[in-house]
Amino acid sequence: MDKQRRNFLKVAGATALAGITAPAVVKLTASEAMASSEHAAPAAGGHGEVEAPTGVRLGLVIDMRKLYGKPELMDKIIASCNKVHNIPHFENKKDEVKWIWKMPFENVFPEHSSYHESDLSKENEYFALCNHCDEPPCVRVCPTKATFKVEETGIIAMDYHRCIGCRFCMMGCPYGARSFNWFDPRPHIKEYNAEFPTRMRGVVEKCNFCGERLAKGLEPACVEAAKEVGALIFGDLNDPESEIRKVLAENHTIQRKPSLGTKPSVFYIV
Amino acid sequence: MIEKVLKGNSKYWMWLAFLSAFIAVGAICYIRQFIYGMGLTGMGRDLTWGLYISQFTFLVGVAAGGLMLVLPYYIHDYKAFGRITILGEFLAIGALIICLMFILADIGQVVRGLNMVWHPTPNSMLFWDMVVLWGYLILNVLCGWVILTAERKQVKPPKWIYIFVYISIPFAVSIHTVTAMLYCGLPGRHFWLSAITAPRFLASAFAAGPALIVIACIIMKKVAHFDAGKEAITKLTTIIMYAAIINAFFVCLEFFVGYYSNIPGHMHSLEYLFFGLEHNGHVYNNLVPFMWTSVFLCFGGLGIFSYLKITKVYNELLIGVGCAAIFIALWLDKGLGFVMGGLVVSPLEEINEYIPTANEIGVTLGIWATGILIVTLLYKIAIGVEHEVEA
Ligand code: SF4
Ligand code: SF4
Ligand code: SF4
Repeated sequence: MDKQRRNFLKVAGATALAGITAPAVVKLTASEAMASSEHAAPAAGGHGEVEAPTGVRLGLVIDMRKLYGKPELMDKIIASCNKVHNIPHFENKKDEVKWIWKMPFENVFPEHSSYHESDLSKENEYFALCNHCDEPPCVRVCPTKATFKVEETGIIAMDYHRCIGCRFCMMGCPYGARSFNWFDPRPHIKEYNAEFPTRMRGVVEKCNFCGERLAKGLEPACVEAAKEVGALIFGDLNDPESEIRKVLAENHTIQRKPSLGTKPSVFYIV
Repeated sequence: MIEKVLKGNSKYWMWLAFLSAFIAVGAICYIRQFIYGMGLTGMGRDLTWGLYISQFTFLVGVAAGGLMLVLPYYIHDYKAFGRITILGEFLAIGALIICLMFILADIGQVVRGLNMVWHPTPNSMLFWDMVVLWGYLILNVLCGWVILTAERKQVKPPKWIYIFVYISIPFAVSIHTVTAMLYCGLPGRHFWLSAITAPRFLASAFAAGPALIVIACIIMKKVAHFDAGKEAITKLTTIIMYAAIINAFFVCLEFFVGYYSNIPGHMHSLEYLFFGLEHNGHVYNNLVPFMWTSVFLCFGGLGIFSYLKITKVYNELLIGVGCAAIFIALWLDKGLGFVMGGLVVSPLEEINEYIPTANEIGVTLGIWATGILIVTLLYKIAIGVEHEVEA
């Protein structure tokens, strides 16, 4: 059992026990807090987290360094998500349903300048998926609570049976992470996975951080598919001992549109 | 009173038949959409709202516009509006019913619509919009009906109804404010993320609603011997003028903020709407002709009104043309430009131009026709009562 797997199981365990023993982890030590007050503390939002987090908050680091020049690997990762989640395939771009996909740098990170772009970002595409925001606008605007935050894990989940298809959440999400079923998706599913429900027409869907797999003690499908290079690191952002926290501490990471105050839980090493 | 809709001349019946034809087409288009899915519309993954929501937004304004009659009459006791205040209330009823139909046409799982009631969610502006729209609809039905019944019996309306009339005034403001809040609180939608959205909505509503009422009065004078009175019409044109000018001023402010700050996100939508947006060598400019038509009509309408004011001429044809110009200008501005301009650049910084499909346009026309039919019937009742009282 490798270390990553062990760390991950800790998360899954916490998920299962959440509500009973959800650990209250205080991140900011006194010295850290003082250090930040010396250099004019950054405003809340983005990386400048100020309040002490509690409970589990699942997050993902995408280490693009391990994916550059490997579009087939990225496709394999995308395909793994499509397969386990019965994501339909539509030819017409406007009907598309996607949970994780790749796009040029300037689309995934429109707020980062791409003037005189590096060759790396010119030649490669980047993953886009739901950020499982800590302050999710999609949840704020949903009129039925069909989109909600799972407090025990920080996952932004959906109830496909409650969703009325008003698409207000798609307006609210500043990352284009959500898809609507413009047509009945079922005839467009290539390989059917009986373990995950299919959706019906007229509802919204998006990445669920593989909540159903976590419940079984499995890692997210994309993380598993990226194992060969270890490009995706998944874990509890609030646990200072977790691997993801180690990766975040050792690397400079960026988030998508941090200025909007959504506090994404997905980080990129570029 | 309802029986009044059953008696009418051949023109009246032809008009109803004309509207019914559109309603029938709309119903067929809607059934198709219901069976095959929302994919039959021109909306897509990166452009998820379209004609339905933009019509909804515009018509909430028309409903709120009735306030410009109710307020002077009930609060300032402006007697000249006595005969037409009921028209404002009935217009609001028709407009609100269209709004609710557009919402139903727009949601993907219409049979679950009541989930908004079973799972009330106060942090969602859509929930509040539902509350105020229904509230305003019920208030207008109640006030309109009670006051008209009293008029028919030639007695004073009961005192208690005035409580509801006064409540309806803040409600009229709130329906359009909350509708603006659907848009202006969304992070990452630069064109909408502007505190001036709600005031701008109100200004354009206070021009568009009364403009429609003036047009209706002029038509009814010709076909139904209903005279709103010169003073009332003139006063309405003054209100329309000021509201349209304030709206234009707010639009200019948007231009200033966008272009002076030079922040791309704030300029993109205006650029797309008025000049065409260039992206990777392609210029996207679908709506440019519409928006300039809107500018032209708005200033044309204002020009006509100023001419009438300065020369003190009272010419109903010119007034009608002026009102139609301003109404269409505001429809182009809010019923098309506002929503589509705001959506043209997706959160993934891609440009998506929206072209509604024939099916979608069919549904839209059908819903408009239904609303116009409802307003026609309500106006028929109102005028019938007036004639009865006069006789
Ligand atoms: S990325 Fe979008 S869909 Fe995902 S939680 Fe954030 S706002 Fe919601
Ligand atoms: S489409 Fe569904 S999930 Fe999205 S806001 Fe509407 S009801 Fe909520
Ligand atoms: S976490 Fe799961 S649902 Fe989300 S992109 Fe990865 S595989 Fe898909």
